[in-house]
Amino acid sequence: MSNPGVTNQVMQWVETRLPIFSFINHSVGTEYPTPRNLNYWWSLGSIAGVALVLQIVTGIVLAMHYVPHADMAFESVEHIMRDVNYGWMMRYLHSNGASLFFVAVYIHMFRGLYFGSYKAPRELLWWFGILIFLAMMATAFMGYVLPWGQMSFWGATVITNMFTAIPIVGEAVTTWLWGGYSVAGPTLQRFFSLHYLLPFVIFALMFIHLWALHTSKSNNPLGIDVKSEKDTLPFHPYFTTKDLVGFGVFFIILAYWVFFNPNYMGHPDNYIPANPLVTPAHIVPEWYFLPFYAILRAVPDKLGGVALMLGAILILFVIPWLDTSRVRSATFRPIYSKFFWIFVVNGLILGWVGANPAEGSFILIGRIATAYYFAHFILVMPIVGWFEKPKPLPDSIAASVLGDDTAKEAK
Amino acid sequence: MSVQIIKNASRIFAVTAALVLTATVAAASGGGGPALKTQKWSFNGPMGTYDRAQVQRGYQVYSEVCAGCHSLKYVRFGNLLDIGFSEAQAKAVAAEYEAEDGPDDDGEMFMRPARLSDALPAPFANDKAARASNNGALPPDLSLIAKARVGGADYVYTLLTGYSDAPAGHEVAEGMEYNAWFPGTQIAMAPPLSDDGIEYVDGTAATADQQAKDVGAFLMWAAEPKLEDRHRTGLKTMIFLIILTILFWLVKRRVWRDAH
Ligand code: HEC
Ligand code: HEM
Repeated sequence: MSNPGVTNQVMQWVETRLPIFSFINHSVGTEYPTPRNLNYWWSLGSIAGVALVLQIVTGIVLAMHYVPHADMAFESVEHIMRDVNYGWMMRYLHSNGASLFFVAVYIHMFRGLYFGSYKAPRELLWWFGILIFLAMMATAFMGYVLPWGQMSFWGATVITNMFTAIPIVGEAVTTWLWGGYSVAGPTLQRFFSLHYLLPFVIFALMFIHLWALHTSKSNNPLGIDVKSEKDTLPFHPYFTTKDLVGFGVFFIILAYWVFFNPNYMGHPDNYIPANPLVTPAHIVPEWYFLPFYAILRAVPDKLGGVALMLGAILILFVIPWLDTSRVRSATFRPIYSKFFWIFVVNGLILGWVGANPAEGSFILIGRIATAYYFAHFILVMPIVGWFEKPKPLPDSIAASVLGDDTAKEAK
Repeated sequence: MSVQIIKNASRIFAVTAALVLTATVAAASGGGGPALKTQKWSFNGPMGTYDRAQVQRGYQVYSEVCAGCHSLKYVRFGNLLDIGFSEAQAKAVAAEYEAEDGPDDDGEMFMRPARLSDALPAPFANDKAARASNNGALPPDLSLIAKARVGGADYVYTLLTGYSDAPAGHEVAEGMEYNAWFPGTQIAMAPPLSDDGIEYVDGTAATADQQAKDVGAFLMWAAEPKLEDRHRTGLKTMIFLIILTILFWLVKRRVWRDAH
């Protein structure tokens, strides 16, 4: 209960009844020891948190003016864009914010992959990250349906149709999801309800994610454990100020898209009102789904495609055990670090294939890239980890950051 | 440390750039047909604004030519103030049209002169009527057309000036026109513009090309009326954010000074 930071009488009164100040201090304050060598890749987690808050705030404002009805949704969005004060800004912040949220989370995940942050003792932390990712995908997908443009409608049709692939009950499940016999008004209305709900689920998951983080503490670029206090710095003021720099950069990038290029990441067809009678030439999802869309279409069989796409995410749950390496950080893994970058490029190729119609050479490229995606986890991770000889690890974080002499002196 | 920052920042940009590239490929692969005839629009670029005179001419083209077939339902007469019409001018324009109102005390709908708060009237009562007058084809509402097509205003301009005779061996169906930029190359809209088809109030020579450009700019304004506001707010926001970020960075350096 004793907290050196709490000197004010009122704060003390609160503190003895609800230890909120020591809670904050233990979470992001001077009493949360953080590896001193964290680089800016470690800012992406808190940036994702800021992005989530931004989505919730702008989303609540949009929901004050949006009408979840098949005949009025499109018009209500135009009303927001034209008549609501700063409505255009709220909408562009929300749509571009969603994209940058995914950018942040993808970088965050690749950071974890590179530095072995999923390995013991952080498996559950990693798991809750994947759950967040799944919830984000569901939220973003349903959000994209809300403006009720052509891509909204047809994207929803393609994705919900995947459920018909489930053996026996598929048709029934899909009808139940739609609230009818096709994507229509009832679908829109329930998607709106769920789209409003899920961000709060993500918020809760994020707290569990952070709880796990604060139990095992942050990994670091060296991937070695914290051995003494010299390896760490208090979260505040060191990492609060460092994260602020990250927030600044994030908002600058966001502002560029919102103010100077707001429709670039969207699809022009979504400015055409939904029309069940006219199918767009190419139905493409938002960019952040493209790699998974490519995996879905890599298999000629519907059920197979759906299973593989789901598998592409679910496989992330088992990588703590597929990775057989003794060391965490790929910095010390001369062979695996190469494979890591091949995997990144492979992911970009999948995204590119997903953006194009499934025809000609795209089919073959898509299949090879899909196979490689899984091979990375199923073959590369266990095999390379097993025979690769890691480079020697430094004695400690302090020794590596401060140089050997200072570290010894400090002893 | 600062080398590290630059290295990290450049990596972040590299990854973002790669993602953007993927998106570009996605966007580019959407459109068919030959390259668009891209124009130097005044609204292009981060500080672009609408050329009032041009957009007003574009409105004239719309109201005298396109409005015979195309509605513009998200634009109200009052919005004309944004493109430089005075209130009296906009009211005078509105008064030339009638809008349905009611029901009155007898329960009847009635027509009255349009007001600034009324939307521009649609040429047809409904889609069926629009199709019936256009060989079965539906002239789309133009309010958002400049955002609903790859290329935007460039597409509108190119489409309107893109009519030509069909190349040899190319069948063009009855009532259709050949236009290389329209998906499928056969369009149900007859070439709407001709040299001196209208007479500009500001005296500009009304070539078909000029009209196409002006109506392109007008339709961009109709689709994105808040563009100027967005650019202005964007500039201020950027300046603020960049200064703020530099301050954050200085604070961070100060805090970390003794930690290395
Ligand atoms: C005589 C009626 C008529 C007039 C006048 C007319 N249009 Fe059209 N327009 C149509 C029809 C019909 C279509 C649908 C064509 C189709 O689907 O083949 C169309 C389609 C369009 C399209 C959509 C093309 C696409 O990519 O789908 C645009 C843009 C357009 N018109 C712009 C204009 C502009 C600008 C004007 C005024 C300069 C104009 N139109 C005047 C009948 C007209
Ligand atoms: C809503 C989305 C998310 C938010 C708000 C979020 C937030 C955070 C924060 C604040 C941290 C600590 C700072 C950091 O290490 O960057 C963190 C760490 C972590 N997150 Fe997330 N996260 C999200 C999604 C994910 C996803 C999708 C994954 C992976 C599947 C993931 C995996 C991890 C891991 C493994 C760590 C520990 C990293 C380490 O210490 O090396 N997170 N997260």
